[in-house]
Amino acid sequence: MDDKDRILLQLLEENCRTPTNELAVLAEVSEQDIRDRIDRLEAAGVIRRYGAVVDWERAGNGNVAAVIGLKVSPERDFGYDRIAERIARFPAVRSLRLMTGAYDLQLLVVGSSMHEIARFVAEQIAPMDRIRETATHIIMKTYKENGTTYAGREEVERLPYSF
Amino acid sequence: MRDFVSARVRAIPPSGIRKFFDIAQTMEDVISLGVGEPDFVTPWCVCEASIYSIEQGSTAYTSNKGTPQLRGAISRYLDTRFGTCYDPDEEVIVTCGVSEAADIAIRAVTDPGDEVLVAEPSYVSYTPCVSLAGGVPVTVPCRAEDEFRLTADALMERITPRTKVLVANFPNNPTGGVMPEADWRAIADILVDHDLLLISDEVYAELTYDGDHFSPAKIPELRDRTITLNGFSKAFAMTGWRIGYLCAPPALAAAALKIHQYVALCAPVMGQVAAYEALRNGEAEKDAMVQEYRLRRNLFVDGLNKLGLACHLPKGAFYAFPSIESTGMTDTEFAESLLYEQHVAVVPGSVLGPSGAGHVRCAYAVSRDNLKEALSRMGAFLESAK
Repeated sequence: MDDKDRILLQLLEENCRTPTNELAVLAEVSEQDIRDRIDRLEAAGVIRRYGAVVDWERAGNGNVAAVIGLKVSPERDFGYDRIAERIARFPAVRSLRLMTGAYDLQLLVVGSSMHEIARFVAEQIAPMDRIRETATHIIMKTYKENGTTYAGREEVERLPYSF
Repeated sequence: MRDFVSARVRAIPPSGIRKFFDIAQTMEDVISLGVGEPDFVTPWCVCEASIYSIEQGSTAYTSNKGTPQLRGAISRYLDTRFGTCYDPDEEVIVTCGVSEAADIAIRAVTDPGDEVLVAEPSYVSYTPCVSLAGGVPVTVPCRAEDEFRLTADALMERITPRTKVLVANFPNNPTGGVMPEADWRAIADILVDHDLLLISDEVYAELTYDGDHFSPAKIPELRDRTITLNGFSKAFAMTGWRIGYLCAPPALAAAALKIHQYVALCAPVMGQVAAYEALRNGEAEKDAMVQEYRLRRNLFVDGLNKLGLACHLPKGAFYAFPSIESTGMTDTEFAESLLYEQHVAVVPGSVLGPSGAGHVRCAYAVSRDNLKEALSRMGAFLESAK
């Protein structure tokens, strides 16, 4: 990882559809160099996937999302890894993290209704061995996701000319 | 009734971009590359600090020189960032933007008849400030073939027995030119030989893309014959807060302070609180902005050269200064037609000094999407002008 890699990653994170020739101009390297770097970063698993930041609320599909905290008894020799591995297999679990604080694991779960999420937690997650407690927090509104602010702000007018 | 306007003020020519300003105001979809200010909003931590201070009732005058906290922070910042040392109590004055700092610096040292050299092309305020002080402005050309650096030869040509001061601005508005240490050393020898003072406006110091900014006051022989000007507008996207500063040896700082206390009393306290926070916690956001300017520079200058508008890669500030001579138009014709036909605003180089003729100043302090749109409009303009 050098400075050029870092700039390239930032540019791709901001817009992964930026054409290679533009990336080359921006990062002050050749197009071939850009291609080589992307290949290397993909192979190394630094670039995991290319995707869009979607405002699903605006898309109007009516999905509901919840942040769920889990208190978990860790397993000898495995800690939290094995239970986390099992939880991660559910497609409804969009992200899963081990946290400090009151809860050990934090899940982001998406479902078509609040009822569906409640059932998922009650029937799939809570009964698992080693889960001691769950806390489900329904997301009411998203203001900012992955660095992108959803609510459009009014652009401040600037003078057309100034020295 | 008499004409009450003073002869000195009457002699100042009207702004070279007033006309363009009026035209642009009538258009809806102008992409303006004509602004000399960042398009970023001030880092939020800075705004929060200032809002909180207002809530706490911090709304009074400060010391003429500025708050001790801010002066101390400026002194430490200059030392760590550029290696120049100024005593926060005796050698630093916080001003209402660098514009005020330039004015009081020039007035503090200019007597009627003194010749003040101004490296051009340049920001437009130095020359009128000299005239208002009764001095005689003499411009020193910085040429495209020298990447718009100030050369010893050009400087020598303009020195007379009446010369007292050199005003220089690097990284430069409008050319993006910078002065590396070796170039400053050559200039320093001349300044010492002819016993001249340097006023160095370094407001774009943080916006230096290839190599670090070199502050001329770092040269020991120049240290006591230099007034260094800097501010928060460009580095921290804080143009509207109006906070700059002047650093100089005690006698010169005291002279400038006499003027400052009568014209401004002090810089606005809200801005001073904000500036202090910018120095404490604004560095990461500043660095991110500098990186973004660099990306924009790369994109825009590459695009200009592809359009056939020869442009050196500027090493500082946020201006590209392409030559438009290949079009056969003057810079004023070019800027006017481009605005009328494609609604892209640029500043004709000749209004920024005679060496700017044949060039236009394009501020790339706009989003990359807007830069691409501006380039495509400029391409269409050049096509139709063929």
